[in-house]
Amino acid sequence: MEHYNMNLNLKVWRQKNKNDKGSLVDYKVSGISSEMSFLEMIDVLNEKLVADGKDEPIAFDHDCREGICGMCSMYINGRPHGPWAGTTTCQLHMRAFKDGDTIVIEPWRAKAFPVIRDLVVDRSAFDRIIQAGGYISVNTGNAVDANAIPIPKDDADKAFAAAACIGCGACVAACKNASAMLFVSAKVSQLALLPQGKPEAQKRVLDMVAQMDKEGFGSCTNTGACEAECPKEISLENIARLNREFTTASIMSEE
Amino acid sequence: MAMNNRIPSGELAQKWSTYKSTCKLVNPANKRSIDIIVVGTGLAGASAAATLAELGYSVKTFCFQDSGRRAHSIAAQGGINAAKNYQNDGDSVYRLFYDTIKGGDYRAREGNVHRLAEVSTNIIDQCVAQGVPFAREYGGLLSNRSFGGTQVQRTFYAAGQTGQQLLLGAYSALERQIALGNVTQYSRHEMLDVVTVDGKARGIIAKNLVTGELERHFGHAVLLCTGGYGNVFYLSTNAMGSNVTAAWKAHKKGAFFGNPCFTQIHPTCIPVSGDHQSKLTLMSESLRNDGRIWVPKKQGDTRKPNEIPEEERDYYLERRYPAFGNLVPRDVASRAAKERCDAGYGVGASKMAVYLDYADAIQRYGKIEVGKQGLDNVSKEKIIELGKAVVKEKYGNLLDMYSKITGENPYEVPMRIYPAVHYTMGGLWVDYELMTTVPGLYALGEANFSDHGANRLGASALMQGLADGYFVIPYTIGNYLADEIAVKPIPTDSPEFLAAEKATADRINTLMNIKGTKSVESFHKRLGKIMWDKCGMARNAEGLKEAITEIQALKNEFWSDVKIPGDVNSFNPELDKAGRVADFIELGELMCKDALDRNESCGGHFREESQTEEGEALRDDENYKYVAAWEFKGESNWQLNKEELIYENIKIAARSYK
Repeated sequence: MEHYNMNLNLKVWRQKNKNDKGSLVDYKVSGISSEMSFLEMIDVLNEKLVADGKDEPIAFDHDCREGICGMCSMYINGRPHGPWAGTTTCQLHMRAFKDGDTIVIEPWRAKAFPVIRDLVVDRSAFDRIIQAGGYISVNTGNAVDANAIPIPKDDADKAFAAAACIGCGACVAACKNASAMLFVSAKVSQLALLPQGKPEAQKRVLDMVAQMDKEGFGSCTNTGACEAECPKEISLENIARLNREFTTASIMSEE
Repeated sequence: MAMNNRIPSGELAQKWSTYKSTCKLVNPANKRSIDIIVVGTGLAGASAAATLAELGYSVKTFCFQDSGRRAHSIAAQGGINAAKNYQNDGDSVYRLFYDTIKGGDYRAREGNVHRLAEVSTNIIDQCVAQGVPFAREYGGLLSNRSFGGTQVQRTFYAAGQTGQQLLLGAYSALERQIALGNVTQYSRHEMLDVVTVDGKARGIIAKNLVTGELERHFGHAVLLCTGGYGNVFYLSTNAMGSNVTAAWKAHKKGAFFGNPCFTQIHPTCIPVSGDHQSKLTLMSESLRNDGRIWVPKKQGDTRKPNEIPEEERDYYLERRYPAFGNLVPRDVASRAAKERCDAGYGVGASKMAVYLDYADAIQRYGKIEVGKQGLDNVSKEKIIELGKAVVKEKYGNLLDMYSKITGENPYEVPMRIYPAVHYTMGGLWVDYELMTTVPGLYALGEANFSDHGANRLGASALMQGLADGYFVIPYTIGNYLADEIAVKPIPTDSPEFLAAEKATADRINTLMNIKGTKSVESFHKRLGKIMWDKCGMARNAEGLKEAITEIQALKNEFWSDVKIPGDVNSFNPELDKAGRVADFIELGELMCKDALDRNESCGGHFREESQTEEGEALRDDENYKYVAAWEFKGESNWQLNKEELIYENIKIAARSYK
């Protein structure tokens, strides 16, 4: 593929801390290679900001830069993780853009994800949802032989597909209601599909949904924006499964 | 200081069970009043913290990321080894033990490695019980694949996301303990010092990365599960935040550093594309199960790969190592790639790459599908289409990642790959109980030096991290803590805590007040270049001596000219990075010193002065059959302590994969 260089106009959300009002600030970057990753483009801008000494570098979350840790989280031109489907910001490459483009970069927007600084938000609500029941209660040392319970390949594959969620929060950012249903449903589905997860299935779904509501995430109205923007392409089927699990559990718990 | 590795006496296969039956125990009531600090929440840290909390200890965990689930264990792709022998192909605990010792080029301890092989089977059981969705066959049983350096199929996997699934399993166990109130989690916190009281580790100084505040935390014991230090090379497959700071602070407080120069350069990574490169991306070793590695037979061949006929391709691994072929261990495969590129046979724009080709695998799987589906009169195109579908199912996410990064389609054109820094076998020296030379201070997982010798086999890092956390430390820590039950929590306003906090604050202020002209990043890049050029895949005495001089000069320049924006009391990633780079610079010097001392080639450590006529690594068992444990004595001053390696069960030999 042909390489090319480009000059870009960036509009980046700057916010000193969670109490600051924040605003979009214009920056220009030049000589950006189409081979760079999006975050390497931000690195270039930050090095320039350090050298100029006027503005502090832009704070953003990132770590593995391989699309798996779930740390990166930018809202790029109105889309979580930018224009490429099934791709995290760190795997987005600059060949997605052309010379002279304007790129607007914002943090995730959701009541349950307060901004810490610039593009960094607090996603600890996701940890608390997992704490509410996103596990199988098995202490170390209690396990039976791994092949003692055969699991149909189809169930194992579906559980794996749900477990591929990286907990980045793009689903929340994409949703007009800032709902966390795709995230919650992925974990509920993974564990509900496996025999090991069955004993706690009912309590799990009720507790995780209750925690989700308590954290201030919105309701799901089935628009599918979350699935469309999920970098791991977690399926909406999981939300349907969560709803079934939740309904069953609610009825059972009333008996 | 005298080192005692505390390997239990007796038969190799009985050491661990004897130890477990005879080590001291802490009763449940006493566990509740004992505090344990766990730094790092990757596989080792999360599994240790969860398990210790299950046992009843009061645990605090720390990680610099925003959640325990982000630790870099999550990026491990290919799999985890275990001696289950589900494939009935001759595997056993002994074979896994043997392969690991041999793979490590006879520079690891027999006792530790045998224990690792023993508990490997429990790990798979535990993970399945937690709901880790490993790959399965149609019969519902677990699937296995092969990795380098072995001739059995013992690797369990979850597509190319095994590390993610294992970490999420350990993370879920940890979150459960947090919910139960047995663990307190401190995210976006970085450990900046170990606090010792009367010679024992009793706590840490941690920085809240959001507010910039320093905090003092007490623990009866401190566990460092902080990963490796590959980022000393600037470019590596490690996460951007992976760093040596916690281990380095421990080293400066008295913990010896074991075999610092033992670095693993992984053969199959996506090549560097330009000066902007911030990190490198691994392509899983599992791709060598089916992919074939080659370069053109003609030097400087500029033809496109698909235009080079079969007879003009050099499948150099298959040629040089017929017994293991493309599945030789990582150090061997990396050096062979470097050899071809240095000799002028490299491919791609930079000529610093070799091909990893899936065309044969696509053909082969296509034909198998034709047979399975009972098709007749099948066209070539149809075979390729069927084959691509199989390859996509097995390796799809990896090939997609390649395509996103390079803009090329690996189903059509061979991938370009080159070796990159991936893992560090070296780390804090620990005894059989995983305790460092500082009493009460432990190191687990990649942070310790213990099990992989001079080269780690693929799919063994996940195994070791979880072995240490789930199955080793829960026993060994009791042996220490049983004598600590009378110790009341030490107030964190005691002189030792206050002094450690002040030293940390002073260092931060010194850094901020340099107000120089060069960015932290620029120093890190320069350090990385010195390390890669002179302490990378091939090393020699002259280069290492130069590197030491250059690093010392770089250190002086850093401490007089680094420019750190922002302020101390706020979220300031540049300041945090500055502290880490300062530690990497000091570590880099020690790595070169260690590489210079070890005038032999073994595993990933290749001294050009010590090679066979065929260019293979040449060990010197007479002079170097030891663990180099370096003791910090002051600035640029270390004392070498040697732990002799004793092989009672394995006859050590030249390592051959031919």
